[in-house]
Amino acid sequence: MSIAPEHVPKMETASLGERLAPHAPLLLVPVLMILGFLSITNTSSWLTLTVSGLAMGMMIFIMASGLTLVFGLMDVINFGHGAFVSVGAFIGVTILFALGGMTEQPSILLNLLAVLVAVTGAMAGTAIMGWAFERVIVKPVYGAHLKQILVTMGGLIIVEQLIHVVWGPDEIFLTRPETLKGAVTFAGAAIEKYRLLAVAIGLVLFLVMRWTLKSTKIGLIVRAGVENGEMVEALGYRLRLVFIAVFVAGSALAGLGGVMWGLYQEVVTAHMGQQIMILVFIVVIIGGLGSVEGCFIGALLVGLMQNYTAFLEPKLALVSNIGLMVAILMWRPQGMMPVVKAK
Amino acid sequence: MSEPILKLSGVHTNIAQYHILQGVDLEVPSGGVTMLLGRNGVGKTTTLRTIMGLWRAHQGTIDFDGADITATPTPAIARRGVGFVPEDMGIFSDLSVEENMILAAADGPIDKQRLDWLFTVFPPLRTFWKNPAGNLSGGQKQMLSIARAMAQERRLYLIDEPTKGLAPAIIGTLAGALRDLKAQGATILLVEQNFAVAKALGDSCAVMDDGRIVWTGAMVELAEDAALQERLMGLSMEAA
Repeated sequence: MSIAPEHVPKMETASLGERLAPHAPLLLVPVLMILGFLSITNTSSWLTLTVSGLAMGMMIFIMASGLTLVFGLMDVINFGHGAFVSVGAFIGVTILFALGGMTEQPSILLNLLAVLVAVTGAMAGTAIMGWAFERVIVKPVYGAHLKQILVTMGGLIIVEQLIHVVWGPDEIFLTRPETLKGAVTFAGAAIEKYRLLAVAIGLVLFLVMRWTLKSTKIGLIVRAGVENGEMVEALGYRLRLVFIAVFVAGSALAGLGGVMWGLYQEVVTAHMGQQIMILVFIVVIIGGLGSVEGCFIGALLVGLMQNYTAFLEPKLALVSNIGLMVAILMWRPQGMMPVVKAK
Repeated sequence: MSEPILKLSGVHTNIAQYHILQGVDLEVPSGGVTMLLGRNGVGKTTTLRTIMGLWRAHQGTIDFDGADITATPTPAIARRGVGFVPEDMGIFSDLSVEENMILAAADGPIDKQRLDWLFTVFPPLRTFWKNPAGNLSGGQKQMLSIARAMAQERRLYLIDEPTKGLAPAIIGTLAGALRDLKAQGATILLVEQNFAVAKALGDSCAVMDDGRIVWTGAMVELAEDAALQERLMGLSMEAA
């Protein structure tokens, strides 16, 4: 047996600054909160806006997380992702209306059960739709970005028209389940109960997703596939199947986001997915394509920025997020936490 | 010579508009190291990638262990027992050394004894087990790349220029590891530009030129014939 020559292997010792640099984006959320506090000055307003911003960020994260993984894993730009948001919202609303007896009761158990059934139905529906979308629309255009944009955009338009056919052309108004209406008062600030629920769901989903990616073999395959799909296949893993699974899961999450967004806005429209996609794409880009953690931080930043600016200068709400994207891309052109792609 | 475990017959491969492999005929005997030599750009890497299914042969057949794998998907080729070490090492930089090794064992956890052996052969792997693979030096990355292929027992190892750009001490370590693997009865198809390594490890040899195999024979035969080396590759191994 051969033994390696006598040399002590060494790894370059990075300075404290170099070691902390990759994690610098984590500081952006508290920094933005502090800036928001200094600008708003009123503590209760700031607290209300912060929780609202975090809730919005969590919902955007839920919608964006699948999209960023799909791009990272298979280099697919899916402009049709918004279709899953809209369809999820409509399925969810339909189920909630059907369960009106449960949502109108002042019972948190019955209300949450109704929401759970609606969410499950929406996720199942959009998962199946995602599978069909990948087979019919995305599969023929692998490796061709321009065609992907055109074809997936076309898919989005078709789905929106199908929503009109099934649910009618009008927007549908809904009210939240009884116990999720209203607000709780904390430190003089009125915080909507539903927003707290949205923050909790988003946080749990992020932690589950992070655990799956870091601690399971399927997570390792996904992370490795984002970096070098060819090598993952050369090790014996069928990346195509993994990609389909991620695409389906991402579609289901978009469906979940659609239900939550519909309950948040208390109205659903066929175009709601397309409209929210502007923020979703901003989040995916500033987070770093393929990075779930970057996507999470980006979503929180966008949610907070949107709410603070809407309070301080309403006309600048959307522009502020474009400005945020420009600023972050000037700082880190590949996004906050880019995934290293094999050349 | 033993029965070939791998046989390429009239293999042609195109990459975009370029016709790279122009009828490769190659037999790799079971057990031992077959060297694939030749000047830069003659198609050695393309040959390995075509065997692995990463680039498709548009003509000809590739038989592995009695089965036609010409159109077999890459993951299925790997599952048949082909380990691949690409020229660029294919390390997952964002993953730790440990995570790279976990992925390498597609059929289940790595055998403890085998892992201990890999740690003995490549000590830096143990040292940097929990560190991101992207932080390793070039030589350490190459060790990880080869260790990954060796994480499970394979029927055939395809290794592409493992010593490229590495310091002599690291080359010694890698050559030692490949010698160990060979001693265990493994079959290796090795592309190598370092003639000293090729001479030390190779049993049989195939020389490529212009997308074809132009000479096959025993490594020792090529190593001892300076005129043949000059004619086939434009240089002499005696200088190595």
